[in-house]
Amino acid sequence: MKENIETKQFRKFATIVLSVISVLALLPILLIAVASVTSEDVLISSGYTFFPSKLSLDSYYYMVRQSATILRAYGISIMVTFLGTVIGVLVTAMLAYPMARKNFRLRNVMAFFIFFTMLFNGGIVSSYIMWSQIFHIKNTIWALVVPNFLVTAFNVFLVRNYYVNSVHESIIESVQIDGASEIRIFFSIMLPLSIPVIATVSLFTGIIYWNDWINGLYYITDPKMYGIQNLLIRIMDNIQFLKSASNAALLGTQNIDLPGTSVRMAMAIIGILPILIIFPFVQQYMIKGVVLGAVKG
Amino acid sequence: MKKKKEKIEKKSKLVKTWPLLLISLPGLIYIFVNSYIPMFGVFLAFKDYNYVKGIFGSDWSGFDNFRFLFKTRDAWIMTRNTVLYNVAFIIIGTVIAIFVAILLFEMGKKLRVKFFQSAILLPNMLSWVVIGYVVYAFLNADSGFINNSILKPLGMEEISWYSNIKPWPFILIIVHIWKYMGVNSIIYMASIAGIDKGIFEAAELDGASKTMQIFRITIPMLKPTIIILTLMAIGRIFFSDFGLFYQVPQNSGRLFDVTQTIDTYVYRGLMQLNDVGMSAAAALFQSFVGFILVVSANALVRKIDSENALF
Repeated sequence: MKENIETKQFRKFATIVLSVISVLALLPILLIAVASVTSEDVLISSGYTFFPSKLSLDSYYYMVRQSATILRAYGISIMVTFLGTVIGVLVTAMLAYPMARKNFRLRNVMAFFIFFTMLFNGGIVSSYIMWSQIFHIKNTIWALVVPNFLVTAFNVFLVRNYYVNSVHESIIESVQIDGASEIRIFFSIMLPLSIPVIATVSLFTGIIYWNDWINGLYYITDPKMYGIQNLLIRIMDNIQFLKSASNAALLGTQNIDLPGTSVRMAMAIIGILPILIIFPFVQQYMIKGVVLGAVKG
Repeated sequence: MKKKKEKIEKKSKLVKTWPLLLISLPGLIYIFVNSYIPMFGVFLAFKDYNYVKGIFGSDWSGFDNFRFLFKTRDAWIMTRNTVLYNVAFIIIGTVIAIFVAILLFEMGKKLRVKFFQSAILLPNMLSWVVIGYVVYAFLNADSGFINNSILKPLGMEEISWYSNIKPWPFILIIVHIWKYMGVNSIIYMASIAGIDKGIFEAAELDGASKTMQIFRITIPMLKPTIIILTLMAIGRIFFSDFGLFYQVPQNSGRLFDVTQTIDTYVYRGLMQLNDVGMSAAAALFQSFVGFILVVSANALVRKIDSENALF
């Protein structure tokens, strides 16, 4: 019985410590959420606090009035996330499948070709010069989709391992005898069979695209092409940027009503909103994916 | 029947190369363009790059870029910062991740565990830009939480955080731990879950206390995972998290002494100072040393535990 009491005590200790850690993990996010609904005069007198004396939705009203810029950036981010995830995951699976076939002659050569990119890279300078001087993708949507993240060696091996471990070669063989072409086998059998791993990879890829700002920092100079993350960077430098040209003309040039201190934080909340919404539903997949990737990358 | 079977076996061995190659072609082309062409592009580090003359038209300059780079104080500062921060992240991050993983594991399969896991994983879902905002909410001189709600009530002098070098090593380490604690503890938790339950039961029968079990069983059993993850991290010790060192300090020039890493230097040289040659030299220095470190780290892993080696 002694052990039992000790186990219970230990659990109590673990619960307390983990509660403290969880609160510490969440408080910073709570602070920006509270700051975004704090009245501007409270912010000026007492700064960002967890318990403001006066709440106000002014910053959100302001963003609705200036919605043209925000909606545009939101649209670009959604489009980039969609394109990057769909194209990226499809091409990743198409690259992974042949390497999972035991009798494919080039499987080891291909595996090394892909694996080597994990060991050595040419660095951002030559890659920047290539994308901007040879492919001329600056200020296009492709600048946000194509460089760096579309197909990564890590994801390719994750999917390949799934095919090797979970899809039996005999399934392929039996369909092959029925005369199905490789391309048909891939699309109508292998792809549907690999939905669990495809879901995990899509989730990771989608979050990477939504959160990416580095491609935008390098390849986007035209504010019209900003996604939400790059808009956030711009607003941190200059809150006035939110006033889109057309709206400014409509409202005149007065900037007096600009609740800059709270709008910044409201913008940050808008930026993480999609993640906060999907997170409760996907967090178990995230945890599984982290484990899967760590076991054998 | 037998004949038919043989026929099937024969047929299955004859996998045609072309259709499979065709399926993998888009991916292969992408990897070639995205990763291999830039590898050949490292020759830019040996050129005096000029945007007008272009990639091939610019003059060769031998090792001049490297010579200039290593003459500057920047080279020392960025290398020191990159390596030292990574060492701090590896040591502190691993200790905290294991601590949290053990606590999570000992909780058993309760609903609470899911809540704790979600809470510590959430910061990892945020972009560095948003984390930059979060840090700004705490540190901003006029309306920041720390100046207004902690230092002022205590009667202490306000600090202008974004121009004061001293606290930044601590700030960056705290932010890094905040973002990565969840992911790392999940990896260690999975590793703990793989330990044979029988060992714990036997220890319990022998009267070993919980803390004794943790120090005598759990942590020693985690050794292979710790060694492998640490060696892999050492292989990447020349690479830094660009966002952490660029977005979190808000690109503040006064802080460069403690926030400049190889990655931020390369970015600033390339995009802000237009010094392609020096940036390319720094980037190649990073890739080259990084490559050697990864290969040697892997060789070490293979010696310790060949199953977990990358290659």
